[in-house]
Amino acid sequence: MEDIILLSHGNGGEATRKLIEEEILKYLGNEILEELLDSALIDIKGKIAFTTDSFVVSPIFFKGGDIGKLSIYGTINDLSVMGAKPLYVSVGFILEEGLSLKEFRKILESMRSAVEECGVKVVTGDTKVVEKGKGDKIYINTTGIGIIEDGISWHGRRIEEGDIIIINGEIGEHGLSIMLERLGIKTEEIESDLAPLHNLTLPLLKISNGIKFMRDPTRGGVAGVLNEIAQKYNVEIEIDEEKIPVKPWVKNASEILGIDPLYSANEGKIVIVADKKEEKKIMEFLRNHPLGQKAQIIGEIKGKGKRVYLKTKMGTKRILDPLKKDLLPRIC
Amino acid sequence: MCLGVPLKVVEIRENNTALVDMGGPTLEISTIFTPEVKVGDYVLVHAGFSISILSEEEAIDIFSALEEIEK
Amino acid sequence: MDIRELVERIKKISKKEINIMEFCGTHTHEIFRYGIRQLLPENIHLLSGPGCPVCVTSEEDIDYIIELAQNYDLSIITFGDLVNVPGNNGSLNYLRAKGKEVIVVYSPLESINIAKQNPNKKYLLIGIGFETTAPNLAFTLIKAKEENIKNLYFLSLHKLTPPAMKAILDMGEIKIDGIIGPGHVSTIIGRKGWEGLFNNYKIPFVIMGFKPEEILYGIYHLVKIIEEEKPALINAYEKSVKEEGNKSALEYMYKVFKKGSASWRGLGIIEDSGLILNETFEEFDIRKIYPQKTKSIKLKNNYCRCGEVLRGVIKPTDCPLFGKSCTPESPKGPCMVSSEGTCSAYYLYGGE
Repeated sequence: MEDIILLSHGNGGEATRKLIEEEILKYLGNEILEELLDSALIDIKGKIAFTTDSFVVSPIFFKGGDIGKLSIYGTINDLSVMGAKPLYVSVGFILEEGLSLKEFRKILESMRSAVEECGVKVVTGDTKVVEKGKGDKIYINTTGIGIIEDGISWHGRRIEEGDIIIINGEIGEHGLSIMLERLGIKTEEIESDLAPLHNLTLPLLKISNGIKFMRDPTRGGVAGVLNEIAQKYNVEIEIDEEKIPVKPWVKNASEILGIDPLYSANEGKIVIVADKKEEKKIMEFLRNHPLGQKAQIIGEIKGKGKRVYLKTKMGTKRILDPLKKDLLPRIC
Repeated sequence: MCLGVPLKVVEIRENNTALVDMGGPTLEISTIFTPEVKVGDYVLVHAGFSISILSEEEAIDIFSALEEIEK
Repeated sequence: MDIRELVERIKKISKKEINIMEFCGTHTHEIFRYGIRQLLPENIHLLSGPGCPVCVTSEEDIDYIIELAQNYDLSIITFGDLVNVPGNNGSLNYLRAKGKEVIVVYSPLESINIAKQNPNKKYLLIGIGFETTAPNLAFTLIKAKEENIKNLYFLSLHKLTPPAMKAILDMGEIKIDGIIGPGHVSTIIGRKGWEGLFNNYKIPFVIMGFKPEEILYGIYHLVKIIEEEKPALINAYEKSVKEEGNKSALEYMYKVFKKGSASWRGLGIIEDSGLILNETFEEFDIRKIYPQKTKSIKLKNNYCRCGEVLRGVIKPTDCPLFGKSCTPESPKGPCMVSSEGTCSAYYLYGGE
């Protein structure tokens, strides 16, 4: 008989205690978490960044990662793009009755490894169990706290005409790899681009104070982030189709599925808006970084406006609106 | 539904299936409609099937074809 | 020589005000994606015809699918775009939200695996698409029969392209000077597949590929024969389209299907324009097992003008709902839903 998650694991009694101590603490334990207090007590001095994200990706194991890894990196990245050094993370599990303990342990191990890699600590958490059919195996919520590094301030960094737009690498991998898997398309060697970005963003913010904006283009893809920028800062953006780095398999998959890579989610990329004067410094840094080797300048801020335009390889221009339709759900 | 995509055949498998190169990773397709396909051929793939074997010229030399029309 | 020169040549020879119609959703989208209209002189008008299989699915057929999903113990297997098309009583997406199992596949062969893995469930595979896709579904059913799959049923919504073209030309609502022939349908039916139509209408017809260079090249060809008044049926996509097409695919298709009448959104019922299952495959035919109960009534307050868009009579921007109450998030008709739909292309690519 397989070991599985039962409703009793969520009842707050003996079974819950066992699950926490024998499984969760085994993988994610540290001196703070092990206290198992109602709230973790931590000392931080400085400006704090605080973020939360919930992860419902299906399938829970995909090429290049799993929901556990995603739940840690995703939150780390949200802190990193703000210039915060990630410090502490909380983890909330909603487990479906019947989830195999083997799969749960695999996810925990994946989270342990991600937590270690990012140099953070899981300091508090929660575990609930729902009846079979009321939750798809596992949902995870993570909340992260980071501290804005000395010398980093977003104050006064205004996006202006002439600013350049940079992407640190090839786009669309996460979304398309998940879609291929969900459609039962048998492919080999396709992977999500899932990666933690703090070792890229924080040093980048230190070497250049010409960075005006950074965001990781997850749901909605690069097109989504560009439109956010255009709307929020009232600027017109133009990007050049020929400059956008795309892996051949992503290009082919996007044609097969009818989904533009610009709308496909990324989990290891950042969109950067920067002062053109800093171009050389920033590109040199990125290209020498393992997560930035394929970095490209893909466009620029054209002036006041609200829309994003794409210059096609034919030299014609078209509008790049934010994603409007349903792509397959539950990519992130 | 989606574009027919030209992809190169890298492996022929049994039961009228083949692997095509998606640019690194490979995709398994049915070759039932292009039984003469060989490794190295480019095929047009639509909804999991190859529907034609693309002829030699990877891209037609449009411009010399145009010269032909002008005549 | 480059694209610019090609465009210059087109401009040089193009004198008349002409309407060119394409009949393939992929052509619709690629033309928009690359801004082809911006490159062509103003006297050449590119119209979009009924080239999107999802868009031409009638309201009755959508309602039938919803009826089947709601009233019977059936899980639905389909291609992506169909799930968002609204009928009178909701869409498949809506049903999925209410707990119905709706599975989207890339290849129809996947449905055999799904049916085998869950022998206690009953599945309905929806066959949608023109001649490019129908052979794939035909082969899937042949395989299902060979492997004795008893829990997979089939609904054919397949349609044939030449009859739709004929219907549009017959309607004569707009003057069509030339046709951009669909490259993938032609890959299956061959240049030969258009001969009947061409001989009857003598309309300039050029089969083209999908890369922007191939489209411009094809348009150059087409404009030339229109200007010279020398109508011809030309294959400008020889890379993939042979004179006879793909005989193997056609054979499989006609092993499983035969021609029958079909109901086209915007065009009405057209004889011999659809594919229905042969007697030998009747065991799969859901129409025989659970015939449609409710006859569809036209939606009372639906001002969707998809039919006119499909016939090239109006542009999406002429429709009062476009961009206002009809958007990809809340589509009022299939043209806005499908990735191949004209309204969707206009919306997505900011069409003029």
